Amino acid sequence: MSAPESDHKGPILTAHRAGLVGCHRCGRVWPLEHRRCNRCGAHLVPPDRRGLQKVWAWWFAGLICYVPANLFPMMRTETFAGLAGNTESTILGGVVELIHHGSYDIALIVFVASIIVPIGKFLAIAWLATVAGQPASVDQAHSRLKVYEVVEFIGRWSMIDVFVVAILSALVQLGFVASIHPGPAAVSFALSVAFTMLSAQSFDARLIWRGLPLRSARH
Amino acid sequence: MSDGAENYDLGTGRGLIACPNCDALHVEEELELGETARCIRCGTVLAKPRDGAFAQLIALAFTSMVLLVGAVFFPFLQVSTMGFGNASSLFDVALAFAEGVMLPLVLAVLAMIIGLPIFRSFLLVYTLVPLAQGRPPFRHAARAFRWSELLRPWSMAEIFVIGTAVALIKVAGLATVHLGPAFWAFCALIFVNIASRAFMCQTSIWDAIEDAGVETDLTERKARA
Repeated sequence: MSAPESDHKGPILTAHRAGLVGCHRCGRVWPLEHRRCNRCGAHLVPPDRRGLQKVWAWWFAGLICYVPANLFPMMRTETFAGLAGNTESTILGGVVELIHHGSYDIALIVFVASIIVPIGKFLAIAWLATVAGQPASVDQAHSRLKVYEVVEFIGRWSMIDVFVVAILSALVQLGFVASIHPGPAAVSFALSVAFTMLSAQSFDARLIWRGLPLRSARH
Repeated sequence: MSDGAENYDLGTGRGLIACPNCDALHVEEELELGETARCIRCGTVLAKPRDGAFAQLIALAFTSMVLLVGAVFFPFLQVSTMGFGNASSLFDVALAFAEGVMLPLVLAVLAMIIGLPIFRSFLLVYTLVPLAQGRPPFRHAARAFRWSELLRPWSMAEIFVIGTAVALIKVAGLATVHLGPAFWAFCALIFVNIASRAFMCQTSIWDAIEDAGVETDLTERKARA
């Protein structure tokens, strides 16, 4: 495939500047007044900063859910029907517990997946949504796209902790000896991850490139 | 490239492809099998047709369906301590917690690790089987493929396997754990997914759906104009 001018070094014509709109799902290009892609049925949205409202809405929903996810216990462990102790562990508490067990590698995975990744994701999406559409150099745009791709790829991996709780509470039902029950944080953490995934998905990567200096020969 | 000028239309967008990540326009060209087309501006892969990709994708979709059905009913993990034992299939996971406030969580987890992967495999087979045989696609094939792509980030079988590993470490001090066949089915599923991703080229599939006769209303537009 080549640019319409078939000149890779020259100015790049975007669909938006050509008065067209490209489908963000299948890439097909339609006239601007089209609302729906006739090939794949996706909604056609021109790259516009107004679309960032949706990103922020999901972002705040995710942040709100992230607070109880850290304050409440992820799971409750009952040993000997509560006689030998009832432990409730939050996300951070679970990591500390793993370190006490001596399994540093797993502690690191959980720490990265359920603390570093969610917080990093909040920061990254907020940064992307703030700088989107603002003037940028080509190099900056490339690094922003990289950040966006990493955020999109890594977001779902935060679900690890939810799965751990689900597996443990199904598995450890040993009657009198030990049983594990999921805590309220499991639900809110799952919601938080889902909301931030939606937030990242509603970010329009084309906005990253909107702020590049106009180099089109058509002006 | 030289005769590209007649094959696209800047007025209607016919024959053009816009990069989904940066909106740069490209002229659509037939690629040789094995070639990869990248966006000239941001480097996003636009198309990478592979020889026999449709047949491979169908085979892999069937494989993952078989593995998932097995994973639902075979025991997943077994724990035992002090004579108390518990073998759980994923089905037991659902039944054990199908009550109270945790019900939505259990349903969501089951959907993400079992439901959506099976559903996506089904959608892919539905879309690709007629195309691989060179027949017109089934009704709503475009919608089926779009849903399959929309649901991609939400099917989390591979993340579930890592979650299992973490859970095993946590429970290891408490009881003895044996891995069941369903666990290995999930591990195999990771490799099936990786292979499937290597053959997946959305652009080729959309082109095939379009070429096989799904209406795109450009002809209508011309008639009206």
